[in-house]
Amino acid sequence: MPDIIDRDGNIRKNPWVIQARPENGESLSLPTDQHTLIPADLWVADKETFAGKANVGVWLDSHDEPGMLAQYANDLPLIAVNFPRFSDGRGYSIARLLRERFGYRKELRAIGDVLLDQLQFMKRCGFDSYELRPDKDIGKAARSLNFFSQGYQAATDTDVPLFRRRAS
Amino acid sequence: MYVYDRHDRQMAVERVAQFRDQTRRALDGELTEDEFLPLRLQNGLYIQRHAPMLRICIPYGMLRSAQLRRLARITRDYDKSYAHFTTRQNVQLNWPALESVPDILAELAEVEMHANQTSGNCIRNTTTDQFAGVQADEVTDPRPYCEIIRQWSTFHPEFAYLPRKFKVAVNASEKTDRAAIRVHDIGLQIVRNQAGELGFRVHVGGGLGRTPMVAPVIREFLPELDLLTYLEAILRTYNRYGRRDNKFKARIKILVKALTPEGFAEKVEAEWAHIKDSPSRLTPEAIARIQAHFTEPDYADLDNATELLARQRFEQRDFDLWLKHNVDVHKKPGYAIVSLTLKKTGTPPGDVTDQQLEQIADLADEYSFGEARVTHHQNVVLADVRQDRLLELWQQLGPMGFGTANLNTLTDIICCPGGDFCALANAKSIPIADAIQQRFDDLDFLYDLGNINLNISGCMNACGHHHVGSIGVLGVDKKGQEFYQVSLGGSSQHDASIGKILGPSFAGAEMPDVISKIVDVYVNTRTEEESFVDTYRRIGIQPFKERVYA
Repeated sequence: MPDIIDRDGNIRKNPWVIQARPENGESLSLPTDQHTLIPADLWVADKETFAGKANVGVWLDSHDEPGMLAQYANDLPLIAVNFPRFSDGRGYSIARLLRERFGYRKELRAIGDVLLDQLQFMKRCGFDSYELRPDKDIGKAARSLNFFSQGYQAATDTDVPLFRRRAS
Repeated sequence: MYVYDRHDRQMAVERVAQFRDQTRRALDGELTEDEFLPLRLQNGLYIQRHAPMLRICIPYGMLRSAQLRRLARITRDYDKSYAHFTTRQNVQLNWPALESVPDILAELAEVEMHANQTSGNCIRNTTTDQFAGVQADEVTDPRPYCEIIRQWSTFHPEFAYLPRKFKVAVNASEKTDRAAIRVHDIGLQIVRNQAGELGFRVHVGGGLGRTPMVAPVIREFLPELDLLTYLEAILRTYNRYGRRDNKFKARIKILVKALTPEGFAEKVEAEWAHIKDSPSRLTPEAIARIQAHFTEPDYADLDNATELLARQRFEQRDFDLWLKHNVDVHKKPGYAIVSLTLKKTGTPPGDVTDQQLEQIADLADEYSFGEARVTHHQNVVLADVRQDRLLELWQQLGPMGFGTANLNTLTDIICCPGGDFCALANAKSIPIADAIQQRFDDLDFLYDLGNINLNISGCMNACGHHHVGSIGVLGVDKKGQEFYQVSLGGSSQHDASIGKILGPSFAGAEMPDVISKIVDVYVNTRTEEESFVDTYRRIGIQPFKERVYA
């Protein structure tokens, strides 16, 4: 399991394994001794089994509706959002909805085609940990998280847009 | 005009440092071409047919003289001493070297300019009417709202990787629409409701390109304070549900059509209900602070110079013609709006040399409070010229190449760079514009034809807005040969419509004859009051077809 970097630029060990969606006709098999992220809809379909388990989290794909987790968001130890390609920007909206609409407060992680130059936007949209694509140098991630010292808009990281800061 | 504060300056400097870092990593091979692509595009940098092309943003078309002089210097130091004004109020350099682009951006930042989001799948430069703030019939000055949208859309963290590019235009005039809002992804028409409150009529889903569409209205009245939250709801709906599987079906117009305008509006309203009272809701103070940047210049208290101008016009017919065509009525007595045309035959439409940029800067300082504006017709406007100095100004324009009195006539051609420069083009466009300008060199005949927009694009991407030309010309590729398809009856005004294709395409050499025949049909069929588009709408395409393909 590759290390991850968090929003503050700290590199951390990562216990979470991503479980791919099972092929048609196959069922989900969970390793008992590991922290596992499973497809979010499978967690919802079997929530009686998974609720309250600190070692089972979920991942959403970029076309998934985050609303499926609305009632359960804070029952989950970790939610990951997959970027199938870095140029697929749906994950940014999903993150903001999870944070700002559904009130999710625990760890929100970007997975998939996660590169360096998108990290600060991810951070602004509420992601607080990032699993970089393995060929990218995690040592350079901290700098990429902080290219800009501020932004014009309100987002998940601040509810005070610049036009309100200028007023004060 | 807007002046940066310390926040704007800081972000501009940070952006240049970021792109310098990204360019270095791309040159070192640390970033693949695929990974660097959206980063460079969002800093205005294309890789073109001969060299990179850098598209520099001119927010809603406004330029100060110091910025014009800096642009001139940049074209000399980093390029071939000329630049090209685009159809979206931007300016392009055709020959910069990739490794020098961060230096160019740093030079631009020093004069409060940038190339942010002038390309790529993000929110682009917000455009507006080049006569904003100086015409009598506008509801209010649209530029403060454009600046508010500029700031909101700049580095928006949620909307940097949209399905496709995204263009917003704002118009505030009730009679005219020089911003072509109905062919934009979002078109905002500033209106007052029955209670007299200011707001926007919101059009969504217009656009040109492969599938041209006129934008339907999705909200009749949006109160002004709700501008940003509503834009955010539209963009979020598009970001989540716009198609990403097919580049040619990824614009918001396709989503609006698929959901129907009503269905799309419902989705937006549902999203907006959650965020309309969020801290992104504008405040009257925030709007007033931006408006304070767009106050009137220090106008002298004057009367209209009617008698003086009448005498001057009588003495010089060419001055009279120029006044009639290139000068517009100003809201302030004693002032006039002057359009400098960049459409002299023999010069590609929209091209300016370094020297001309400096001349425009000098003219702006001398005659128009140090400001100039770029139009989507690829001309330049001096918005605040004293009427009693018009003659003196006009006498200087001819030698500079800005005095051709052909504004809004057949030879005031909108034209993309085409196959001479652009890697996307199927065909050249500049030589076609030139051949047509040469054919129609009789100004009296042009004036008799009245207002005709001739728009030329070198490919389906429609940078030359051919779909909304009274006469549109599209370059197409047929088995490696360049051909031109003609369409008639387009308009980007309040009565916006997409032109209809005349028939099979023509070789480039035939184009002047084709245009002559089209014009003949109009001249022989029109009633006294009719413009070209009026006649076309009355008689339809058939008479034109019969004449051209006879």
